[in-house]
Amino acid sequence: MGIALKAIPDTSIFDLRVSRRGYRLNKLCASLCSPANREAFKQDEEGYMPGFDLSEKEKHLIRKRDFAGMIDAGMNIYFMLKIGSVTGNGLYRMGAQMRGESYEQFLGTRNIQGAV
Amino acid sequence: MARVVAGIGLSHVPSIGPVVDRGRQGDPAWKPLFDAYVPVREWLARLKPDVAIVVYNDHGADFLFDKYPTFALGVAERYRIADEGFGTRPLPEVRGDAELSTHLAESLVYEHEFDLTVCQELAVEHGFLVPMNLCFPHGASGWPVACIPLQVNVIQHPLPTARRCYKLGQALRKSISSYEKDLRIVILGTGGMSHQLQGKRFGFMNEAFDQMFLQKIESSPDELADITHQEIMEQAGAEAVELIMWLTMRGALSENARRIHRHYYAPMTTGMGLITFEDGQPKAM
Repeated sequence: MGIALKAIPDTSIFDLRVSRRGYRLNKLCASLCSPANREAFKQDEEGYMPGFDLSEKEKHLIRKRDFAGMIDAGMNIYFMLKIGSVTGNGLYRMGAQMRGESYEQFLGTRNIQGAV
Repeated sequence: MARVVAGIGLSHVPSIGPVVDRGRQGDPAWKPLFDAYVPVREWLARLKPDVAIVVYNDHGADFLFDKYPTFALGVAERYRIADEGFGTRPLPEVRGDAELSTHLAESLVYEHEFDLTVCQELAVEHGFLVPMNLCFPHGASGWPVACIPLQVNVIQHPLPTARRCYKLGQALRKSISSYEKDLRIVILGTGGMSHQLQGKRFGFMNEAFDQMFLQKIESSPDELADITHQEIMEQAGAEAVELIMWLTMRGALSENARRIHRHYYAPMTTGMGLITFEDGQPKAM
């Protein structure tokens, strides 16, 4: 961490170092803000990824839908929501995975489960 | 002369968008939230604001990490609805007030040393639109108020400090009061409250912190402006730093602004707070 920020357990603090590390992953996600690109990604994920200069490890995280790994690799959560959505993984499914729980287990920890 | 008539602090949770678009406001899980806004809209209808300045953050829809402004002010006549990755919501384009925006940009830069990024084009997404849905529902002829988006970097550290956001609000108040037209202005400070959306700590909330924040933003905002990003993230989750935008709203109000509504609901992963203030009233004797 840089000036004024200290690490917090089980938490990613998205600073410039993390942002630089995840730059290409976040750029791919940003591209999914257009219907045509979302369709292209869905049709041919392997054909879509080479346009973003991802490392083999980063591509692997996407293939595996490894959301905890993506965060560690510098993905910003708000950008990750876009690849979550296009792959059928909404926020709560991604969250359950990051917590190491099933979706149902995670919902069981919430105050009002119907507010989804 | 333009003046601030009200300020509202409220959360901008994205899941509220589809609830509005599908007309599910009456669902048992959502009703407590939407019911809290019924008196707020009645109050706003009485106040009749002309312009809403919405202090919000983008979530990777229009502001990307290739260039990321700390403060960005919309200076356009209209603002598009953004596709933030889930399709463009069926909402009317947002009407701006370019003349007022231009005055604010000039006054903030020349007189108050806030060197903002200015945007001739800006597309708005849930950070802006959900608060509008809750406070100013659109009709067939569009939104009932003109809007000025004020985007704040709360997602890529270094973020502006809470104190800096508070001072921006104070500067904004002065800039508004030097505008010649007789306009009634409401400031919306949006975001949070407690939430963390990544890591093993996903889903962390802290109602005690949120209630403290609601109390202090009413009673001792100057003291609250001392809070650090670290304190907010530790106590309320990493994504709760959005709360610093509420301080811009509070800074734009006078000391004797009167609190009108206060509500809190935390169904899933975000503390959804609401607080309203009315301003421009004579000080109580």
